[in-house]
Amino acid sequence: MQRLLSSEFVHNYRHNIPAVLGSLLVLAFAFLAIFGPLLVWQDPYDVSQLELMDSFKPPVWLEGGHPRYLLGTDGQGRDVLASIIYGARISAFIGIAAMACSCVIGTILGLISGYYGGMLDAVIMRVADIQLSFPSMLIALFLMSAFGNGIGMILIALTAVGWVVYARTVRGSTLSEIQKEYIQAARVAGLSDTEIIRRHVLPNVLTPLIVVSTIQVGSFILIEASLSFLGVGVPITEPSLGLLVKEGFDVLFSGIWWTSAFPGLFIMFLVFGINLFGDFLRDELNPRLR
Amino acid sequence: MAEPLLDLRELQTHFQTFGGLVKAVDGVSFNVKAGEIVGLVGESGGGKSVIGFSILGLVDPPGRIAGGEIRFDGRDISKLGEREMRNVRGRDIAMVFQDPMTSLNPVYTIGRQMDEVLRLHTNLDEAARRIRCIRMLEDVGISGAESRLDAYPHQFSGGMRQRVVIAIALLAGSRLIIADEPTTALDVTVQSQILKLMRRQVQETGAAMILITHDLAVVSEMADRVVVLYCGKVVERGLTEEVIRSPAHPYTRGLLDSIPRITDRQRRLRQIPGTVPDIRTLGAGCSFRGRCAHAQPLCAERSPELAPVRGSLDAACHFPLQETL
Amino acid sequence: MLGYTIKRLLQMVLVLFVVSIIVFLMMSFTGDPVFMVIPIDSTQAEIEQARRLLGLDQSLFSQYWIFLSNLLQGDFGRSYVFRQPAMDLILERLPATIEMVLVAMAFATVIAIPLGVYAGANPNRTASRGIMAGSLFGISLPGFWVGMMLIYFFSVRHPLLPSSGRGETIEILGLRLSIFTADGWSHILLPAVTLALATLAIILRITRAGMMEVMRQDYIRFARAKGASRTHILFAHGLKNALIPVVTIFGLQLGDLIAFATITETIFAWPGTGKLLIDSIYRGDRPVIVVYLMLTAFIFVVINFLVDIVYTVIDPRITVK
Repeated sequence: MQRLLSSEFVHNYRHNIPAVLGSLLVLAFAFLAIFGPLLVWQDPYDVSQLELMDSFKPPVWLEGGHPRYLLGTDGQGRDVLASIIYGARISAFIGIAAMACSCVIGTILGLISGYYGGMLDAVIMRVADIQLSFPSMLIALFLMSAFGNGIGMILIALTAVGWVVYARTVRGSTLSEIQKEYIQAARVAGLSDTEIIRRHVLPNVLTPLIVVSTIQVGSFILIEASLSFLGVGVPITEPSLGLLVKEGFDVLFSGIWWTSAFPGLFIMFLVFGINLFGDFLRDELNPRLR
Repeated sequence: MAEPLLDLRELQTHFQTFGGLVKAVDGVSFNVKAGEIVGLVGESGGGKSVIGFSILGLVDPPGRIAGGEIRFDGRDISKLGEREMRNVRGRDIAMVFQDPMTSLNPVYTIGRQMDEVLRLHTNLDEAARRIRCIRMLEDVGISGAESRLDAYPHQFSGGMRQRVVIAIALLAGSRLIIADEPTTALDVTVQSQILKLMRRQVQETGAAMILITHDLAVVSEMADRVVVLYCGKVVERGLTEEVIRSPAHPYTRGLLDSIPRITDRQRRLRQIPGTVPDIRTLGAGCSFRGRCAHAQPLCAERSPELAPVRGSLDAACHFPLQETL
Repeated sequence: MLGYTIKRLLQMVLVLFVVSIIVFLMMSFTGDPVFMVIPIDSTQAEIEQARRLLGLDQSLFSQYWIFLSNLLQGDFGRSYVFRQPAMDLILERLPATIEMVLVAMAFATVIAIPLGVYAGANPNRTASRGIMAGSLFGISLPGFWVGMMLIYFFSVRHPLLPSSGRGETIEILGLRLSIFTADGWSHILLPAVTLALATLAIILRITRAGMMEVMRQDYIRFARAKGASRTHILFAHGLKNALIPVVTIFGLQLGDLIAFATITETIFAWPGTGKLLIDSIYRGDRPVIVVYLMLTAFIFVVINFLVDIVYTVIDPRITVK
């Protein structure tokens, strides 16, 4: 953590325009996701606030647009901007929560695998290998089709595909870490395994995970959006950005593009911001690439 | 007297880094005559390799040749365009790299990598090229040459690979070979074999060679003349025997003192105190003064110019040494 | 080589076995398929009867045993919806999917590798930075959304290209292919571009990273010292070394393309296996899902095997064990 805050890191960050741009994007989205509901005048899921008369209004700069609806409205007269802001909260929550679950489970399995080795290690790594030879999207799709819709189900499905990368990374760093002398010394000093793992191994294997987690939030948001688009993701009562795009699909052919275009654009910039920042972190925290 | 094969005049090669301008090669002049071996000596970071790359026009940005001339066979090749330079590389001037483990492309056979030079620089047909490659491999002492052509680099030992690299360098009949630390990465026993091989090949083909090394012992065995570099500048140059016997520059003396000799077993090996300074922050004065036992106030004020001292020796020192070792 | 191949084949069988267990288990947790096959007004006795017919009254283990032995005998079950063998349904649609995936892969490769080589060989040029920023955009794009926007621009707003279906096909070697007709191309263009974008970006980035690593190597300088031209150095000396990581990613991406084809096929109503899978998920048509999963697992395992073989061809240092 100290390394993260070191001045060189900060210096490089300030001089890396993409990194600054990326984090600004992420911060802006975080702000919108947290305070957004206070900024828009309509709660898109409170039926009493909807005006059916205002359905399919185009964005404000087009003919027929209404200043109340900046990005237009959908078939129920919902403000697209408000839907996006509410949807972004769901998308971001799923991305971050699934990343956190994957990280915790993957790290624990990776530590066990790397520290104890043996049969347990063989089994964990075999499963990881097999899983890695299949696309995450397909595994998640399959799990969702088995479990059924729901945010909890998505979290399980994403965690099931996401733990592998942590387990492998952590196992690798654990293996190289436990060969170092201070670990041997700690063993000789009579520290218990859990104590050694918690106090000595864990802090030293966490740095590479920062990059992995950052990038993963982005890819989870994309996978969740894809699942929801296919109708096997979030339920209609809790529409994420992906589901908003899906709902816009049906009316796209009648020329109503704004109900799907803007949520998609939002996903794109959100993930783009995360990836920009993740790229910078990777270059900074991985000295080999410099 | 005939014009030398290679004549470096006040060569300047600079690197623009974030920390400032690095003059890796700062006004270096020396020449190489046909059939001669010239040793380029200095500690790592002294700009030796950069001179080799400068001659071949292989200095990549942020580096560039900022001044001076590189006259090869009477014309300044530092001003040539990329296309003309490609005809110089590999045909007129060839280079042998330090690490044979990495200088051969791992995914091509030895034969293909050898053939590449001939394809680029000769009009021979495939069969003739193949024969030439086989003969060259035999010349550098690789047995079963014909079958070895289809082998990949990883199937060779380090010494064998360096033989292949040398074979590639000699293949097109270049008149100048630049050998950049050709034996540093090899085992001691293999080192002398490779050096002998290179010496013999140079003598047989009548080519000239620039031998870049940090090891004065190697130079004393191989080179006709020596050029000693420090911080991108020539500090001493002359015939090998004279430089070895009575060096005029304290830096050369320091390098010599750090070589073990069979003649005097009792003497303790000495090393030069301190390290090579940061070239960016040198300022005025002699760049060696910080590590020099003979430094005077004058050394901090004025940078010494390279000037004749005695015999063949030129040195850049205000107070050249007089004693004989 | 033979020993290695046999070992790999055994591994492949093992992976497929594990996949079959997982697929079976997951499928047994998802609701009771008996309601898919019986009329709504069936009596309890009829339900029990159907249960016995489907083997659902037996233990999980013996159900798996029946499932596995059926698979091994080439009996992959019948679709509840189409009342046809599930395998036939999928094989019928497989050429359409493979065609789209291969066209997308070709698009991606042909564009990504030259750009990646350029960006890797000249990392500091403005154009390279532009390419990299573009590729980052590419991996941040939601594919389904791109497909929809393409439909909007090229089919709705400016009716240039069809938005759905597969074009005219002709039969070649028993496969119905559309890439040999102009109409077929007009249909495949939008879905293939949609599918290709993410893969393009990823292959580009891997190629660039590989080239950057390779261009630092001594053998590149040595090749330059030989007098080789820049193009020759980039493509003959550089790219072949840089391709080694690209080949791995190529295999993985082929898998990803098959997975994401489900979405693309749904958007463009492309009559392939992906759309069939999604439709079957909606309808709870379990046998079709099972066959799809087993078949894709088989395809992935074969792709991975081929990737390993290609490795040994590209990189002579890797000897098969």
